[in-house]
Amino acid sequence: MLNVNKIREDFPILDQQVYGKPLVYLDNGATTQKPRVVLETIDRLYNRENGNVHRGVHHLSTLTTENYESARDTVRKYIHAAHTHEIIFTHGTTSSINAVAFSFGEKYVHAGDEIIVSGMEHHANIVPWQMLCERKEARLKVLPVDETGDLMLDKLEDLISDKTRLLAVTQVSNVLGTINPVKEIVEIAHAHDVPVLVDGAQGIQHGKTDVQDMDCDFYVFSGHKIYGPTGVGVLYGKEKWLNEMPPYQGGGDMIKKVRFEKTIYEDLPLKFEAGTMNYIGAIGLGKAIEYLQKTGLDDAVAWEKELLDYATARLKEIPGLQIYGNSAHKISVISFLIGDIHHYDTGMILDKLGIAVRTGHHCAEPLVESYGITGTVRASFAFYNTKEEIDVLHNGLMKVVEMLG
Amino acid sequence: MSIQEIQDEIVEEFSAYDDWMDKYNYLIELGKELPPIKPQYRTEQYLIDGCSSRVWIHAELDQEGKMIITADSDAIITKGIVALLIRVFSGHTPEEIKDAELTFIDKVGLKENLSPTRANGLLSMIHQIRMYALAYYTKQQSEKKD
Repeated sequence: MLNVNKIREDFPILDQQVYGKPLVYLDNGATTQKPRVVLETIDRLYNRENGNVHRGVHHLSTLTTENYESARDTVRKYIHAAHTHEIIFTHGTTSSINAVAFSFGEKYVHAGDEIIVSGMEHHANIVPWQMLCERKEARLKVLPVDETGDLMLDKLEDLISDKTRLLAVTQVSNVLGTINPVKEIVEIAHAHDVPVLVDGAQGIQHGKTDVQDMDCDFYVFSGHKIYGPTGVGVLYGKEKWLNEMPPYQGGGDMIKKVRFEKTIYEDLPLKFEAGTMNYIGAIGLGKAIEYLQKTGLDDAVAWEKELLDYATARLKEIPGLQIYGNSAHKISVISFLIGDIHHYDTGMILDKLGIAVRTGHHCAEPLVESYGITGTVRASFAFYNTKEEIDVLHNGLMKVVEMLG
Repeated sequence: MSIQEIQDEIVEEFSAYDDWMDKYNYLIELGKELPPIKPQYRTEQYLIDGCSSRVWIHAELDQEGKMIITADSDAIITKGIVALLIRVFSGHTPEEIKDAELTFIDKVGLKENLSPTRANGLLSMIHQIRMYALAYYTKQQSEKKD
């Protein structure tokens, strides 16, 4: 059983007041806070151990390279990839998806081909594919979402054609919280020889991820959403694809030999890591994952489920409150509106009560607009949140109703 | 009253509130009382799109050459701030508006609402008001010459 009060001590940022009220941080879907061990690691690296990775003969460079490669292996183990060289460090989910859209697109996508995305994607898993489609004169097709917030899986077979080159789908919806049956989706796609990219930005921190079991071809996520630093992310790709795909950026570190006549690229993973990487971010991410594992991912997930159930019940007590996303399989995210009250007004008032939530379309306009609304209020919980904080949210929302209802 | 005097008056009014919820309640009241924008201006063409809230704005000159601004927002607190901006600017000449310094927002503690980090349409609304003022001012100047 998770001792949440003890865990909160590991996150120094949580212990503060905003506008004279104790901070209640419920915007974990946007970014998560960092445990002390991550902060101390970053501090130590810059203060004592900074040297550029992979290039030096000297002590600091060697130390950094060791730490960086060890972080890569920590990531591999965490998502259970078969090989360490299948883990590419990037700047985040967005840059990982763009990398695949470019490199995979260059090699395999041609005029008249099709890419499938789902109707609940974040803009980061829509726009890069649209750009690819424009470049290659390909077509983007959309797997629809039903009323409860689940993907309409029965429509998938019909969407896939012999022109389909790739399917990109989110593991978890950042708006609705829906946990998609990605393993099943991969199975259907693979039956038609269609590779699958899974956007793990909202899934990686809320449950066990096994890329081999899922059998996805690409899996991407951001460091800052799993208690790690910003500006670092991961692109996992099956060896076969990564070997065949051309690099998307050229530069230092990704080459074996550079001649003006011809350049020979490095092997994986360096082929996809041009220039100086955010190595301190990557090492910090490794520490964040280790922290999560040490705390116990299963316990964290169980506590988040308890928070979700408690919050759902408490929020339903608010008169006129409607929840968007009622899948039976959800992470600890609740999107809602209260009657006609605008999401921004709700967020403004909660803010002054010390409660941090997100409002707006959450970078998923097509999904939000499909409900005929301009946005929602989103409360997203992490394992360091408490039931008392949910009570504060409940009371805050009652105040909103009192002022605006 | 000059633009500056109106701003001072607003600052004076807000000084009565030391609690955030009181300030917001006041803005909500102002938002509710704001006369609605004409339906033909609550359209895409007059919309300032923000991720958080949306603002519609329209400005025209009256017979005395003063700018009459009407605006609306889908969020009520934003609308309250919109009402304040209208109170400050509307009914003044384009020349006065284009040169006016906006001071009250900061003084009443609403500065963050006008920051580019808040996609609530307010900052763009102020830009839009100044654009209207500049356009009408230029038009008035060229008419004088004719």
